[in-house]
Amino acid sequence: MSFYFVQFVTGLSSACSLFLVASGLSIIFGVTRVVNFAHGAFYMLGAYIGYTLTDRLSGVVGFWGAIALGALAVAAIGTLIEMLLLRRIYDAPELFQLLATFGVTLVVEDLVLLIWGPSELLGPRAPGFTGAIDLFGQPFPTYDLLLIALAPLVLAFLWLLFRRTTWGVLVRAATQDREMVAALGVNQKWLFTSVFALGVFLAGLGGALELPREAANHTMDLQVITEALVVVVIGGLGSVPGTFLAAIIVSELNAFGILVFPKISIVLVFLVMAIVLIVRPWGLLGRAEAAARAASGMVLSRWRPLRAEGRLFAVLALAVAALLPLVAGSYLVGVATEVLIFMLYAASLHFLLAGGGLASFGHAAYFGLGSYGAAIALKACGLGMETAIVAGTVLGLVGALVFGWFCVRLSGVYFAMLTLAFAQIAWSIAYQWTDVTGGDNGIIGVWPSAWAASPARFYWLTLALSAGGIALLRAITFSPFGYALRALRDSTLRAETIGIERRRVQWMGFVIAGAFAALAGALYAFLKGSVFPDNISISLSIDGLVMVLLGGVGTVSGGIVGAAIYRSLSIWVISHTDYSKLVLGALIVLLVVLFPKGLVGAFEAWRSVRTLAGLHRQNP
Amino acid sequence: MSILVVEELGKSYSGFQAVRDVSFVLEAGEMLALIGPNGAGKSTCFNMIDGQLAPTTGRMAIFGKSTAGMTPGDIWRLGVGRTFQVAATFASMTVAENVQMALLSHHPRRWPALRWAARYHVAEAERLLALVGMTDQAQRSCGELAYGDLKRLELAIALANDPKLLLMDEPAAGMATRERHALMGLTGRIARERTIGVLFTEHDMDVVFGHADRVLVLNRGTLIAEGAPAAVRANAEVQAVYLGAGSLYGARS
Repeated sequence: MSFYFVQFVTGLSSACSLFLVASGLSIIFGVTRVVNFAHGAFYMLGAYIGYTLTDRLSGVVGFWGAIALGALAVAAIGTLIEMLLLRRIYDAPELFQLLATFGVTLVVEDLVLLIWGPSELLGPRAPGFTGAIDLFGQPFPTYDLLLIALAPLVLAFLWLLFRRTTWGVLVRAATQDREMVAALGVNQKWLFTSVFALGVFLAGLGGALELPREAANHTMDLQVITEALVVVVIGGLGSVPGTFLAAIIVSELNAFGILVFPKISIVLVFLVMAIVLIVRPWGLLGRAEAAARAASGMVLSRWRPLRAEGRLFAVLALAVAALLPLVAGSYLVGVATEVLIFMLYAASLHFLLAGGGLASFGHAAYFGLGSYGAAIALKACGLGMETAIVAGTVLGLVGALVFGWFCVRLSGVYFAMLTLAFAQIAWSIAYQWTDVTGGDNGIIGVWPSAWAASPARFYWLTLALSAGGIALLRAITFSPFGYALRALRDSTLRAETIGIERRRVQWMGFVIAGAFAALAGALYAFLKGSVFPDNISISLSIDGLVMVLLGGVGTVSGGIVGAAIYRSLSIWVISHTDYSKLVLGALIVLLVVLFPKGLVGAFEAWRSVRTLAGLHRQNP
Repeated sequence: MSILVVEELGKSYSGFQAVRDVSFVLEAGEMLALIGPNGAGKSTCFNMIDGQLAPTTGRMAIFGKSTAGMTPGDIWRLGVGRTFQVAATFASMTVAENVQMALLSHHPRRWPALRWAARYHVAEAERLLALVGMTDQAQRSCGELAYGDLKRLELAIALANDPKLLLMDEPAAGMATRERHALMGLTGRIARERTIGVLFTEHDMDVVFGHADRVLVLNRGTLIAEGAPAAVRANAEVQAVYLGAGSLYGARS
């Protein structure tokens, strides 16, 4: 009994940092509508800067001063990023800011590696809180008790800040209705900056406070951002008390999950999130989002199928691609195969995200199901490559059918988070169901049939399937079904009023996107000859988003163009430098600022300006 | 038979009674105006009739069928067209495609993913656009239309399912006076030709009294007057509400 109690109290103390990080994330999202993916990076920076400062300063004042200074330093960095980067792109399509903050995360990861080196760094104990007390016969660190006391204090501080100060009233008002607050003459620039600074400060503080408990390391950013997103969503976006409650729930689930279900401990948190979202779609203490005015900041350009010149270009590109193995070596052919697979993957996400306005944060789930389905069909069931590819696609389709049914009940950020949850559940199954999936060791020896075994032949097979898949997705985009999906994106109100059934159409769209992602995943398994849990990882889901957003979410072809450029670039960068994240992250940030409509969007805008100029020359 | 019957309709939002005991009927081919000051509950009434909001109390029947529990899509399938106070159209499509979308939904097909959508119902879409005078704008992007044109496009969309009942929440909002009269004149003509019953709201009293066959007046959620335009115009309570001389603003004459 006493053991469980101590486990419970340990859970409570873990909740403190999680609450700090998540409340910052929640406040920032509430006011600026930015899903700040870099929040985990700020948390990590808090820990590393805190480490350096506690190393230099000593004594009671030194330690606590270092923690506070560390958090302030992180807040200053965050403020700078908000002013230099985010301010330029608040008007870009929703989610574009996510791309920018993802770029920032990559840069920070490599900078931390450059400055602090690869090894884990354990901070000093907090002066005065080095020992342990006896809790029902079990030793319990006094520092953890301090954290347990600190969390409610921070909650109370935030509550007072939001209820008792003018600034807090403005923040709450902006959370409810940004446009109205702007219309009342509030300087939105500084409101956003100050909110961002506070949010980042909380993240930095959360990171620094973890120092005496846990060594600072390089994976803490992604780990905490995932947990923080879950906490924010369970608690209800924009609700600080909800975040507090959810942080405790998630920490306790982690603490007890290990004991009760060691096999599925990772799944547990995501399972609970999925259940909460299905029962209470706006989180425990959240409120339904007010209907956004128009499509917030989204400039909708007209979509049309390829005209003659576009078709000619597509045929030429296909012909050039088909000739590639005749002139290129097998390494280059392998790279090109990978790029083609990711073009199909990005096209499938683009179909859902751009064509249906449904931002899936867990699209890798279907890619991964495709990989695993194919690998298991080949290795465990002894089927041939051809059947295995079909089996993988079918498994992805079935997965999308099941997960999608739940996801389309939600919309916006909540939809995104539920897709993420399902992807994480799929990942944990792949990771922990060792008998079938091989767990961490994956499944190896997944090689193509003899007729497709040479790099050139497998390339041609991939080219045929990817090009065919992309063409099919495009055809569906411009079919009555695709129009219905896009109608729901443009105006859900109008679409439902003319009898388009939202859930059914979006569900089918989800399934189509999932099936094509699974096809890409199956091909990827045979290209690499192996399948690992990485095929379902969050970073693969994020990669998909990066490719689509980079290409341009308002365009028809953005996904494939973004994929071709981003994947080639990242393969090239990784093979040429040890600090590939730094280069890629900086590139993403640069592209985001230069082309807020994405690359294809920018190209289209340039062409239409040129056409207009041409018209003016003809008829002055 | 009345095409729309509303009985003792009421809606309250956490204690606030937005609409109370509203009853009226609408006949085929009739232009019925629902008027009242801001906040009187007009839009709430519309949203209950077209299925977006569930009423707290009361019953509604369209073409003799109870609409309890129906979604906006179900009600549209009964043969009801709807336009919104703030125009709701598909911005990434052309004007013609907007209408085609509604036609595609009205004539569902078994294999909807096999052909380019813009090839379906071309002639019918042209006919509807001609009806609202937008033939020459058919191939323009919907996102670049002027607001008045969006409102006319909405009317074309609303007519795509060959409705017998039109619900128009401020169809002429944001238009200039001449455009308002033109749009309502057009609506009235179409309604008479096709014996469509039209329920509409409008703030411009000239437009209301010029085009409505009958007028309902709503104030603070309750119907206070009903009748022919001339009778309603002469009604003392209505004048009080509209001129602000009555109890509404507590003024004394």
